[in-house]
Amino acid sequence: MFDTLQERLSGILDKLTGRGALSEADVDTAMREVRRALLEADVALDVVRGFIDKVKERAVGAEVVKSVTPGQMVVKIVHDAMVEILGSEGSALNLRASPPVPILMVGLQGSGKTTTTAKIAKRLQEREKRKVLMASLDTRRPAAQEQLAILGTQTGVETLPIIKGQTPIEIAKRAMSEARRGGFDVVMLDTAGRLHIDEELLAEAAAVRDIAKPNETLLVADALTGQDAVNLAKSFDEKIGITGIVLTRIDGDGRGGAALSMRGVTGKPIKLMGTGEKLDGLEDFHPQRIAGRILGM
Amino acid sequence: FTKRKLDQATLEELEDALIQADLGVETTGRIIQAVSAGRYDKEIEPEEVKSILAGEVAKVLKPVEVPFNFGTQKPFVVLVVGVNGAGKTTTIGKLGAIAAREGHSVVLAACDTFRAAAIEQLTVWGTRIGAKVISRPTGADAAGLAFDAMKEAKADGADILFIDTAGRLQNKANLMAELDKVVRVIKKQDETAPHAVLLVLDATTGQNAISQADVFTKVAGVTGLIMTKLDGTARGGILVAIAERFKLPIHAVGVGEQIEDLQPFDAEAFSRAIAGLAE
Ligand SMILES: Nc1nc2c(ncn2[C@@H]2O[C@H](COP(=O)(O)OP(=O)(O)OP(=O)(O)O)[C@@H](O)[C@H]2O)c(=O)[nH]1
Ligand SMILES: Nc1nc2c(ncn2[C@@H]2O[C@H](COP(=O)(O)OP(=O)(O)OP(=O)(O)O)[C@@H](O)[C@H]2O)c(=O)[nH]1
Ligand SMILES: [K+]
Ligand SMILES: [Mg+2]
Ligand SMILES: [Mg+2]
Repeated sequence: MFDTLQERLSGILDKLTGRGALSEADVDTAMREVRRALLEADVALDVVRGFIDKVKERAVGAEVVKSVTPGQMVVKIVHDAMVEILGSEGSALNLRASPPVPILMVGLQGSGKTTTTAKIAKRLQEREKRKVLMASLDTRRPAAQEQLAILGTQTGVETLPIIKGQTPIEIAKRAMSEARRGGFDVVMLDTAGRLHIDEELLAEAAAVRDIAKPNETLLVADALTGQDAVNLAKSFDEKIGITGIVLTRIDGDGRGGAALSMRGVTGKPIKLMGTGEKLDGLEDFHPQRIAGRILGM
Repeated sequence: FTKRKLDQATLEELEDALIQADLGVETTGRIIQAVSAGRYDKEIEPEEVKSILAGEVAKVLKPVEVPFNFGTQKPFVVLVVGVNGAGKTTTIGKLGAIAAREGHSVVLAACDTFRAAAIEQLTVWGTRIGAKVISRPTGADAAGLAFDAMKEAKADGADILFIDTAGRLQNKANLMAELDKVVRVIKKQDETAPHAVLLVLDATTGQNAISQADVFTKVAGVTGLIMTKLDGTARGGILVAIAERFKLPIHAVGVGEQIEDLQPFDAEAFSRAIAGLAE
């Protein structure tokens, strides 16, 4: 469906052979195609603008070496700039604190919070031999607490017993004291999905944050998100304060521009990627892979 | 209002609004062309420019604005499909409530036999709307359950059967094959069924929704769309691109998590929101 950026740029730039450096006019032409490719990959418009300015500066005057075509040259400059923004690999979860270390999971409805909570808990327990407690603070969505309880059984991770009628704040307090009492290393706090414009629910999440004092507050967001990615990432960061992002549904065939949007607008690292419904579908973030995907390479 | 020329700068502003509403580059280009055609360099009030823009968007959407009606087949079988977390189960709850309010007897089939507590979630909705829920333990064959549910709904003399399905990404061949099998099994019981196949799209989704509409239609014969989560800041403009391409009816929009948060699709109101006009 999409021509790759490489092909498009080759079509435009590679006619311009026999020159040493890229002129401003060449780069302008190329940047129109880059802009289009980024928008088609769902990178948010404002982020696209800033990105294009940066890349343009680098590309004008860049020497085209013999071994590559001008098209390949520009794609490389674009790709490298994108990897730079997306950040380096392996920004691991920060668990350096005296146990129990709380991790708070937040995000829009249906983004994958509960599933990701269980995936992370499973990984910490199995790979890093941490004793993990999971608690669902979702008192709103039908059967949300039961969902996490079942995932606990499936993964062999303990879950905080459900007490109906408790508020999210009460559950957070109970989770923390139970974790202390039970000698847990990590407490995963799964929360209800909420809109980034729902002031009341954002305030509730902030109150939970103040009680649990999480080491990590992870924004769980769908890799298929469109232009709204900037709004939601900005709001969650401003209202709750996030420490990192988990991008779910990487196993889809979306182009993943939301990664660049959210990283660009919050500066917060993308820490992990969800790669399936199954509980082992969690991978470290690979900036190269996402950059390649955004560019259709 | 001070009049202003419909010049390049104004057109670019309009273009930005459409891009930010997720219409995509191609559809945005066509709409902007339609807005400027014959009006370029004419003096126009700013609010009028937005109305013209809304009008051009509405031209695409109006033909696919189709209310959802329950048919008279017994049971009228509604299959609900879509990617993970889009809002399928919740939408069944909301639609089921409408059906029940209209006096229909409603049965829900929990054919999401994969996700943890998917059955419990649908059961809560069943209780809310007074509908029977047919389920099998997690891990059961979804098609087998669909087959049994068809039989049971018939035997019960139910008016409407909603079939909930597991979320699946359209690029997963095995999961799409499972969905294909669900449809075939339903047809075995009643070749005119499913009478409606609703694809649930999340308004926050970007350009991938086009491929969702394409592939789910090919595999499951989608008859109409419902877009959820329009109570956020996402405008859901991808529906415009989908309408241009596939002409699929758009029935309703989800505007919240509660039982009453489903509204008929209103092409004009939707287009005005995309153009940035206050309601
Ligand atoms: N394909 C795929 N599906 C995923 C991934 N992560 C989660 N899901 C699915 O997405 C759907 C929603 O996941 P949940 O974990 O319930 O999402 P949530 O954010 O907790 O939802 P709410 O609590 O309702 O806001 C489920 O069908 C999950 O199986 C992923 O990485 N890939
Ligand atoms: N704000 C808002 N949230 C919604 C809307 N529709 C559904 N939701 C929420 O989105 C989340 C996912 O909804 P579900 O109905 O579980 O979605 P699903 O498609 O059945 O999910 P899977 O079965 O896991 O694939 C839940 O938290 C719902 O409450 C809507 O219109 N607006
Ligand atoms: K989603
Ligand atoms: Mg959840
Ligand atoms: Mg569901």
